[in-house]
Amino acid sequence: MKSLVAVLTVLAGIIGIWYLACVPMNIKGVLDAAERGGEVVEPAEAQTRRDLSSLALAAQNGFAVTRVWSVERPRLPAPHQVAWELWDTTVMKKVTSKRSLVFHAQVTLSATLLGFAIGTGLGILLAVGIVHSRVMDMSVMPWAIVSQTIPIIALAPMIIVVLYSIGVQGLLPKAIIAAYLSFFPVVVGMVKGLRSPDHMQLDLMKTYHASKGQVFWKLRLPSSMPYLFASLKIAIAASLVGAIVGELPTGAVAGLGARLLAGSYYGQTVQIWSALFAAAILAAALVALLGLLERVLLGRMGVKA
Amino acid sequence: MALVLLALVLWGVGWWINARLANGPQAGSRAVGLLVPAIFGVTILVVWELLVRGLEVPLVILPAPSLIAVRFAASLSILWQDFSQTILKGALGGYVIGCGAAFVMAILVDRSDFLRRGLLPVGNFVAALPIVGTAPILVMWFGFDWESKAAVVVVMVFFPMLVNTVAGLRETDQMQRDLMRTYAASYWQSLVKLRLPAALPFIFNGLKISTTLALVGAIVAEFFGSPTVGMGFRISTSVGQLALDMVWAEIVVAALAGSAFYGLIAMLEKTLTFWHPSQRG
Repeated sequence: MKSLVAVLTVLAGIIGIWYLACVPMNIKGVLDAAERGGEVVEPAEAQTRRDLSSLALAAQNGFAVTRVWSVERPRLPAPHQVAWELWDTTVMKKVTSKRSLVFHAQVTLSATLLGFAIGTGLGILLAVGIVHSRVMDMSVMPWAIVSQTIPIIALAPMIIVVLYSIGVQGLLPKAIIAAYLSFFPVVVGMVKGLRSPDHMQLDLMKTYHASKGQVFWKLRLPSSMPYLFASLKIAIAASLVGAIVGELPTGAVAGLGARLLAGSYYGQTVQIWSALFAAAILAAALVALLGLLERVLLGRMGVKA
Repeated sequence: MALVLLALVLWGVGWWINARLANGPQAGSRAVGLLVPAIFGVTILVVWELLVRGLEVPLVILPAPSLIAVRFAASLSILWQDFSQTILKGALGGYVIGCGAAFVMAILVDRSDFLRRGLLPVGNFVAALPIVGTAPILVMWFGFDWESKAAVVVVMVFFPMLVNTVAGLRETDQMQRDLMRTYAASYWQSLVKLRLPAALPFIFNGLKISTTLALVGAIVAEFFGSPTVGMGFRISTSVGQLALDMVWAEIVVAALAGSAFYGLIAMLEKTLTFWHPSQRG
């Protein structure tokens, strides 16, 4: 309860700072527009205004301050503008419309989920291989760890163009980038998890004369679940980033990344911000969903969360 | 066809050697631990080369490693310019500013229990968001040059670093803090002599996560607009010209820079947190 109050206070503080930041960010645009509209602006020449600091401008033109929160194409849109745009493009538009954020989010989401499924599937398989084969462990594991330090996303434009040149396009190239990003966290986490049973437990299985398969299904797999879920949460956030970045280099027409790119081409800042928030909401929802699944699954398995 | 067969045979031989080494009597030694992944890596490169030549894969799909190496050697000056634009200015500049700001912020936040309670969940939440998306906004604000890339990196590394540092500053237990109290240590003394050293493993965790994020941020931000130099710019234009050998050369640079950056921080961690159990084993 106390934490909730604290969190809300911090959030209110952030929104307050945001509103305040709109003043220096937007005041010059507002004054230029006011001058074009025939109002008296202090100082009158655009040239001298450029050299003045934003705060001095705001102090000299008190009448303009209230307008910074309702500019058409602001440098920094006010929170309510973004919220309105989000509302307008999700609830007010038909979901099949190209202008609906739900439509774009769903395009990105499907690439994310497909990539996440491929990435985690392969990652779990590789982890099982690594745990059961010493050769694989010693040859692949160092590379898997090194690969975490590499900005893999630099590959994204190339993957898309290469796949395009062999005739694959649409959902799959984005999903492959998403899979690639989610693959290694799952491998590393799952290997750790499958190795988490201690000697005592493994020895107990041995005294039961359990086969390798039985040890895997009854001991290793269940005890790896907390580790798996921890890395799944990282992986799904990474998948979403991969899917969004995958939409950038092709000039894709649909998806949250395409909204970001189009917004940055045409200076539609409100559109960029709303796409950004849509991506954030999507990421939070996906992580929360996995958290819920984790709690239910681990609860039924009798693991204390 | 002969090359493809040779590739398969070499793959088998490499695997066989590794299997012998990994299951042999020397398996636990450090030399084998380095040799096995090295053999695996070399085998992959050789097989890649042979398969590309044997199957005559066109350059626009996958260039052979030898071609990439030739391109790398031939365009060292371009690669260096891109490296210094993207990594040294954009990524490193943003990394230092972002991690420094997060560190100072963490120490301020740590003084107030209320702020910490409120900021930690928010920070954790933001750290999981696709923050690269702020790139178009920041490019719009700070222009096309490296300042905007550094700004993206600042935003990306700030929250992971903040969350880790704040968590680290809570690491000392009551007993240790009480001891400092009995010494009549001031806030700053107990911060510098007890709590910061105890927080170092967490701080380094944040620093290590941030290295990769910094490179990702600097490269992706260049996809939204950049001067005609920089790794992200070179990658996206070379992809457009189907000069994939150049793209791969840039990726090699990115990989080397990423590993070196990470390795540097890890080395620093090793020397500074030698006392921590995870470093002694």
